[in-house]
Amino acid sequence: MTTVHIPFLQTGSLAVGGRLLSADERSVQSHSDRPSSLTKGHRACQGCAEALAARWVMDTAVDAAGGRLVVANATGCLEVFSTLYPESAWKPPWIHSLFANAAAVATGIASSLRAQGRDDVRVLAQGGDGGTVDIGLAAVSGMFERNDDVLYVCYDNQGYMNTGVQRSSATPASARTATTPAVGSTPGQAFGQGKSMVRIAMAHEVPYVASATPADLRDLEAKVRTAMSIHGARYLHVLVPCPVGWGSEPSQSIALARSAVQSGIFPVLEARAGELTDVQRIRERCDVTEYLRPQARFAHLFRPGGEDALDRWRALAEANIRRYDLLGGA
Amino acid sequence: MREVLEGSQAVARTVARCRPGVVCAYPISPQTHIVEALSVMARTGELGACEYVNVESEFSAMSVAIGASAAGSRAYTATASQGLLYMAEAVFNAAGMGLPIVMTVANRAIGAPINIWNDHSDAMALRDSGWLQLYAADNQEAADLHVIAFAVAEELGIPAMVCMDGFVLTHATDVLELPDADAVDAFLPPYLPTQVLDVEYPITIGTMAGPESFTETKYLQHLRFLDAAEVIDGWSRRFLEAFGREAGGLVARYDRDTCERSRDASAARAGDVTVVAMGSVLGTLQAALPALHDAGVPVRLVGVSSFRPFPAAALRAALGASRDIVVIDRALELGSGGVLTGDVGRALAGTRSRIHSVVAGLGGRPILEASLQDVVRRALDGTLGALDFLDLKTGGIPVPTAGATEVHR
Repeated sequence: MTTVHIPFLQTGSLAVGGRLLSADERSVQSHSDRPSSLTKGHRACQGCAEALAARWVMDTAVDAAGGRLVVANATGCLEVFSTLYPESAWKPPWIHSLFANAAAVATGIASSLRAQGRDDVRVLAQGGDGGTVDIGLAAVSGMFERNDDVLYVCYDNQGYMNTGVQRSSATPASARTATTPAVGSTPGQAFGQGKSMVRIAMAHEVPYVASATPADLRDLEAKVRTAMSIHGARYLHVLVPCPVGWGSEPSQSIALARSAVQSGIFPVLEARAGELTDVQRIRERCDVTEYLRPQARFAHLFRPGGEDALDRWRALAEANIRRYDLLGGA
Repeated sequence: MREVLEGSQAVARTVARCRPGVVCAYPISPQTHIVEALSVMARTGELGACEYVNVESEFSAMSVAIGASAAGSRAYTATASQGLLYMAEAVFNAAGMGLPIVMTVANRAIGAPINIWNDHSDAMALRDSGWLQLYAADNQEAADLHVIAFAVAEELGIPAMVCMDGFVLTHATDVLELPDADAVDAFLPPYLPTQVLDVEYPITIGTMAGPESFTETKYLQHLRFLDAAEVIDGWSRRFLEAFGREAGGLVARYDRDTCERSRDASAARAGDVTVVAMGSVLGTLQAALPALHDAGVPVRLVGVSSFRPFPAAALRAALGASRDIVVIDRALELGSGGVLTGDVGRALAGTRSRIHSVVAGLGGRPILEASLQDVVRRALDGTLGALDFLDLKTGGIPVPTAGATEVHR
C-alpha cells in the first residue's frame, strides 16, 4: 500500500491550543472533554475576554485539582452574567457573597476544609478589578498576609463595566469612563493614579504571583497549573479587554490583549516569594498606538492636543520595558 | 461545677464546648476577651479540629464565617459596636443565604461621639438584618445561650446573635456553672448544613434574584422567621431539662413577690405597673423592685429574651391586663423614643395600655436602683410621660429652643 504523507502545516505549532500536538502537550481547552466550568447559556457580552479567561482559568484549575475545586466569586460582571436565578452557568461548587469579600469567603472555605481534614479539595477566589484592586483590596491583602491556601484570580477589565463603565483604581491613565470624562484640561483618568496589583501582591511575598492575558492561552494555562501546584496564597492577574468599556470591536479583544503585551503596557510575568522569576519577552514590539487607537475610550488622544498624552503612554511602556527587561538582553 | 469566671471567659469556654469548626475574629473595634481566650484554646488544642483565623477587619470576620459555614463548618465570631456596623453588609448577607453562624455581640454604644461603653445601639442598628437576637440577662445566661443559639440557628438555617451587655457582663466576674462538655455534646446535634459547597454535589450559592423572585425569597425568609419563636422556645425547654437552668426562651417572667425568674409566674394584673426590659438591667430591676413591692407598689417585671424574632404573643400573655407598661430602653430611635418600645407598642396595638418609654443607660451611664424605683412611682401616680430619659442632666445644658439654629463658620 502506498502511503502519502500530507504535511499538517500547524503540526508542532502552539496555535489553537496545540490541537495538533501530542495529547499530553495539548492545552486543556483543545480537548473535547474539557471541563467547560463556565458553561453555555450565560449572558456575557459579545467579545467578553473575561468570560473567555474565566473559563480557561477555571477549566485548568478544575483539571489540576482533579475536579475537586470550590470557587468564591466577588460581585461583578462575572457574577451577574453567570448566575441570574434560577440559572447558573457554573459547574463547580460556587458561591457569591459580596463585592468586597471574595478573598475572605475563600479563606473561610479553605479554613473549613482544613478543619474537616479535607486536603483533597482546592479553593479558588475570583473577581474583577473593582472587587480586587478597589473595594476588596483589604480582604485580598489579609488573605495574602495570612498565606491562606487560596488561588485568587483578578480579571482586570480596568473599570466598573457592569454598571456603566465607571473608573476604578485599575483604570489606565487618560482613559475615558463615565466618571472620568474626556473633557477639560486633563481628559480621562489622570496620569499618576492607579495601582499595580501585581506589585502589591509581590510585596506580600506570597508564594506565587503571575500576570497573563487571554492572548496566550498556553501561558495562561501554564500559570494556573503552576499556581495550583503550590499551596498558600497565590495571585493571578489577567488582563481582559472589554468591548463595552473600552469601546472596541468584539472581534478585537484578543488582538488588544496581545498589543497590550507587545507594546510593553502590560508586562506578563511570574514571581515567587516576592522575587521576579520569569518575564515574557516582547516578541514583536508594537507602538502603544496599536493598543490605544482601536479603543474609543482613548479617542481623544488621537485628536489635536492628544500628543502629550501619547508621549506619556510611550514613557509608561518604556518604564515597563526597563523595569522588567521586556526586550531582553539588559 | 461552679466556678468564678469572667463573662467573656465563660462564653469562650462554652463556645469551645459547642465544637466550632472555624472561629474568626478581629481583635478590636471593640472586642472582648472572648476571642483572646478562644485563640489560646486554639493553640493549646482545646478547640480540637477547629481553625482560628485572625482576620484584618470585622467585615472579613463575617465573610470568613460565611465561607466556613457554606463549606460545612460550625462558624463563630464575636464583635461589638463599630465593629458590628463595619461588618453590617456581610451580616445581612449571611442571613440572606441562610447560614447559621453564631456571633456574640458584646453590646456597646455607637459613635459619634466615640464611646466604648454599654448600651444596645449596635445590635439595634442591625435588628432587621435577618438574624435572631437573643439577649442575656446575666453571665450564666450568656454562656448558656450560646449552646441554645447554635441549636436554634442550625435547625432554622438562620444566624443568631447572642447579645450580652458590654463590660457590665463581658468584663464582670461571677459565680457560674459552665454547661458540661459531655452534656453539650449530647444536647447539640452535629451541624448538618442544608446547602454546602461540595465537589461531589456541586451547587451555586448566592445567585442574583431579580424583581420576579426577590419578594418570594424574602417571604420565605419571613416564614422561617415565624417558625423561629417556637424553635427558640423548644430548645430553651430542652435546655432546662438537660441542664436544670432557665435560659433563653422568648419572654422571661418574674415572680410577683420575689422578683425571681420563673416560667410559672402569673401574668400581670390590671392595676400593675409592668416594667419591660432586656439584658443586664433586668438584674438591676430584680434588685430594685422588691423594695417597691414591700412598700405596696403593685409592680411586675417582664424580660424580653428574644428580641428577634419579637415575641409579641408571649409578651402580651405575660403583660396580661397591666395598664401601665414602662419599657427600659437601652437604645434610642432619634425623634421617636426607645427602640424596644416601638416593638412593645406594636405588640400591644389595640389594647388600652399606656406605654412609657424610658431611655436609660446610654453609652454606659449607670442605671441606678433609686432612679428605676422613681420611674415606677411616677408611672403609678400618672406623672411619667410617654418618653423619659433616665437621670438626664438638664441643669447645665443650654437647650436651644425648637427650630433655632446658629451657624458657626
